[in-house]
Amino acid sequence: MKFAVIVFPGSNCDRDMYHAAGDVLGMEADLVWYETGNLENYDAILLPGGFSYGDYLRSGAIASASGVMQQIKAHAGAGKPVLGVCNGFQILLEAGLLPGAMLPNKHLSFMCHHEALAVANHETRFTTSYDKGEIIHLPIAHGEGNYFADDETLSELKRNNQIVFTYENNPNGSAANIAGIINRQGNVLGMMPHPERAVEKLLGSNDGFRLFQSLIENWRNAYAANL
Amino acid sequence: MKKVTIHIMPKKDVLDPQGKAIQTSLSALGFSEVEEVQTGKLVEVFMKDSEDINQRIGEMCDKLLANPVMEDYHFEVEEAVRS
Repeated sequence: MKFAVIVFPGSNCDRDMYHAAGDVLGMEADLVWYETGNLENYDAILLPGGFSYGDYLRSGAIASASGVMQQIKAHAGAGKPVLGVCNGFQILLEAGLLPGAMLPNKHLSFMCHHEALAVANHETRFTTSYDKGEIIHLPIAHGEGNYFADDETLSELKRNNQIVFTYENNPNGSAANIAGIINRQGNVLGMMPHPERAVEKLLGSNDGFRLFQSLIENWRNAYAANL
Repeated sequence: MKKVTIHIMPKKDVLDPQGKAIQTSLSALGFSEVEEVQTGKLVEVFMKDSEDINQRIGEMCDKLLANPVMEDYHFEVEEAVRS
C-alpha cells in the first residue's frame, strides 16, 4: 500500500506521519510537496498536522484553496482513503470534504498533552482493529480544535454514525465531544488527536498504531477481493 | 480602481472566546460599562471595477475569505484613493 504525505509550507508533523506509515508500519511512503505532487499512483493520502501558511486567514483555509486540493478531492471522490490529522483535519473542513469548522479552544490556550478518547465507531476502515467503545490515549496539540457545526449537521453526523472518536474529558469545547469524524462514504477521516505520534510504546502510547493497521488490513482485503 | 472593505464576524450563536477574553480584560482595567466584545477580521481588497463587482466579492468571501459555517460578512465598495 502506497502512502502520500502532503507537505505544505508550515506543515510540521509530516515526518511523524512518514515515520508511522513508512518506518513503523513498513509501507511505501513519500513526502509530497504540495506544488509538485502527482497523486494518481497513491493508495492513501495523509494530510499532516502543523500550521500550513502560518494559519493565515483561518487554520487550513489557504491550504484548502491550493491546487493540490483538486487532486485530493478526485482521490477522495474515487473512494480512496484520506486521513487528515490536526491541521490536516482543519484543511479537510475548509475544503468541504468534511462538515463543520474549527473554533479556538474554549479556554483559548494551546493544549499539548495526552487525552483519553472513546472509539465511537469501530466499523470504519480506519478503526476495525479497535474494540467497540474502547478507550485509547492519543496526544493532542492544538489551539483551534473546538469542533463546531450547527444542530442539523450534528444530528446528521450522529444518525449516520460518522462520529469516530470522542473525547472522554472534552478539553477544548468541541460540540458533542467530537475528536474525529468521517465522511458519509467512509473514506475521509479527520481527527484532532495525533495517531502518528503514538505508534511506539517507547514514546508513551502505541494506541495510534492500530489506526494505520486497520487501514492497511482493510485495503489488503479489498485488494484481494478484487483480484 | 475600487477599494473594498470586507468585515468578517463570527455568527451570532458562535462562541467568540477572543472577544470574551478581551471583555474580561477591559473589565479588569476598570471599563465596567463594557457588556460585550466581539472580534472579527477586516480585509481590504483593491480591485478593478466591473458591473458584477458585488457578485465577484461575494464569491471571494464564500470561497475563501469567510467560512460560512461560523462567520458572516458584509462589505462596502468605494472609489480607491491611492497615495
